[in-house]
Amino acid sequence: MSGVRVLVGTRKGAFVLTSDERRERWDVRGPEFAGWEIYHLKGSPADPDRLYASQTTGWFGQLIQRSDDGGRTWETMGNEFGYEGMPRTHQWYDGTPHPWEFARVWHLEPSPTDPDTIYAGVEDAALFRSVDGAKTWQELPALRDHDSAPSWQPGAGGMCLHTVVLDPSNPERIFVAISAAGVFRTDDAGKSWRPVNRGLHSEGLPDSEAEVGHCVHRIAMHRSRPEVMFMQKHWDVMRSDDAGESWREVSGNLPSDFGFPIEVHAHEPETVYVVPIKSDSEHYPPDGRLRVYRSRTGGNEWEALTEGLPQKDCYVNVLRDAMAVDSLESCGVYFGTSGGQVYASADAGDTWAPIVRDLPAVMSVEVQTLA
Amino acid sequence: MIRVVLPVHLRTLAHLDREVELHIEGQATQRSVLDALETEYPMLRGTIRAHDTQERRAFLRFFVCGEDWSHELPDTPLPDSVATGAEPFMVIGAMAGG
Repeated sequence: MSGVRVLVGTRKGAFVLTSDERRERWDVRGPEFAGWEIYHLKGSPADPDRLYASQTTGWFGQLIQRSDDGGRTWETMGNEFGYEGMPRTHQWYDGTPHPWEFARVWHLEPSPTDPDTIYAGVEDAALFRSVDGAKTWQELPALRDHDSAPSWQPGAGGMCLHTVVLDPSNPERIFVAISAAGVFRTDDAGKSWRPVNRGLHSEGLPDSEAEVGHCVHRIAMHRSRPEVMFMQKHWDVMRSDDAGESWREVSGNLPSDFGFPIEVHAHEPETVYVVPIKSDSEHYPPDGRLRVYRSRTGGNEWEALTEGLPQKDCYVNVLRDAMAVDSLESCGVYFGTSGGQVYASADAGDTWAPIVRDLPAVMSVEVQTLA
Repeated sequence: MIRVVLPVHLRTLAHLDREVELHIEGQATQRSVLDALETEYPMLRGTIRAHDTQERRAFLRFFVCGEDWSHELPDTPLPDSVATGAEPFMVIGAMAGG
């Protein structure tokens, strides 16, 4: 029988939520790593029993955990993230040079084909890779060799490399997104990188259309059409039809185009989901109504999805890695909130129900579709 | 024999339910105690000292015989009472949370 396994990272531990393909009754297991911040956990597409988790606190630093049995048991893996090359600086909030310092792993992206290969996006912004199942990590240093790197500045949450998108049709091509530098792309497996931010417009920059400096919150693609990218920026929802070479705004009729996550339907490449947030200082839904917005036209025309979601007095946030879709025939959509709710829809967003209501603040949600 | 008391989260990480007992060749110092601890429990590497600098993590303290030894040099000999196991070497997490 097929089913799903939802992996939830929270401020105080990890939770594993499982259900059959009906997605009505859920088994909730956790917390794993109780008391630790779990920025992200994700399963290997090549081996669903292989899971990786980023575990961190201000007291004890960064740990990486690995499970080989679908999350029943975990093993502590390598946690040495050493920057390559000579020490260098990026811009600090006040504009002064600041040394690159490792803080934490924001995002783990397992290879689609090899369970032992995994990428880690870290703060301060850099991309690391492990090819031995997370025992050891090596930086892909060419990203920080880019001419613009000394000018990169942290966003409010730190200077994090928070999104890693692997092109399923081209193993040499990787996209990363950095707050607040923007999107970078490599076409040679990390040997060289270039910014792909043309078309982005950010009023917080002296040159609002600068090549680098945009606060990109997340990017997403459909695996069948990797040249089409969708982006939730600090403000603006954007689309690219040429693998990031150029972007155009598709915010359309959204009540706010600020937000964090963006996801694409598993079977409909033009169906996209966002969660509008009121503003960059008011991190909650407009009007106190929690609404997922769905576009079936690849942007511009959006419909509010509200059935089963709180439509009054709701002031939670949904973080950038806290939304995911499964690949069952009727596509499931999941998201977690800063209030500890994890909502699921088994009908592509038409109706919603909470799986759990009272977890610690949710930092990430991923889902595995199990055969 | 050296006794080491760890914060609860590090005991959980190392699958320990009590204090650690370590046998150390030569002089007992902060460095030799932590080296031996990390050799016995490699999952603790990087959680007490930074990988690259070997400096104590900012929110941890080392207590010895009722005194804060956090700012002692890492190769300063520990008191005999710690070296003989009469008193523990304590790794303490800073209190936080308001």
